[in-house]
Amino acid sequence: MSRRPQPESVQVVKQRRDAALTALVEAVPYIRFLGIRFERRGDELTGVLPFRRELIGNPLLPALHGGVTAAFLEVTAVITLNWSYIWDDLESGKLDLEGTVPEDLPSLPKTVGITVDYLRTGLPRDAYARARITRAGRRYASVQVEGWQDNHARLYAQATGHFLMPPQRDQDA
Amino acid sequence: MPDMIDLARQFIHALPHSVLLGMEPQKMVAGEAVISMPYNSALVGDPKTGVIHGGAVSSLMDTCCGAAVMSHPDNKGGTATIDLRIDYMRPATPGQTITAHATCYHFSRSVAFVRAVATDEDGAHPVATATGAFTVEAKR
Repeated sequence: MSRRPQPESVQVVKQRRDAALTALVEAVPYIRFLGIRFERRGDELTGVLPFRRELIGNPLLPALHGGVTAAFLEVTAVITLNWSYIWDDLESGKLDLEGTVPEDLPSLPKTVGITVDYLRTGLPRDAYARARITRAGRRYASVQVEGWQDNHARLYAQATGHFLMPPQRDQDA
Repeated sequence: MPDMIDLARQFIHALPHSVLLGMEPQKMVAGEAVISMPYNSALVGDPKTGVIHGGAVSSLMDTCCGAAVMSHPDNKGGTATIDLRIDYMRPATPGQTITAHATCYHFSRSVAFVRAVATDEDGAHPVATATGAFTVEAKR
């Protein structure tokens, strides 16, 4: 009498995914420096950049620093790429990042180039970003990122980036 | 005539995020700007290598390009970035200061065009290059 194995409990699945995401994000000092965090629904990630005075570039308006916006979109692109890159191994249970030290985490994609369009002034309030992988190749990947503040339909910035993927992880590891 | 470096320092020190990154202006005159950013372990993007995150280099490039526009003799007011493209040639060597050099090579009535190069202590091999378009305030 063979019965299909029971699916894992939702708590176990969530715990594994959230622990992996936390390990990836907290390993990067610069992400902490900017105060960026990630919200997750299933495999979908949203970057959140809470407003702080130190993120201002133009004190007269005041407006977010263009470099902060570029960095926020790049961070969202790299984390989203890395997340999709490990997703299958994470789901199959081959990879467990809970409590992993930064040195043992999967290697990060490297940015080849990124173009940022500044569509509206970055207001002194929280910003959000979501990335879409438009091509995921073995060596190169391309990503589009959109950034918004109060209204998702009125983007304040968008970016397109190209990335060099790390060499394939050892399948037996 | 006021000291050019003093003016440049005033410009940088009015930008909270540039101050946070420790940026120091070396030059800001006639559509050209040079700004350096010392190594800081808080800005690391890859914990395995200690290399500075590209986003911090983007902030340096954006600030330096904006400074070049601000220093252009035809500039009458503020400026804002329209777009900025950054290409990364190689990782900056951990521990070294990164210096950006931006030139505003064309200044029209509404748009200023800028390019920039960032190097670490090995000035012969660029770490990153940037090209951008910036707004020009309408003359009143």
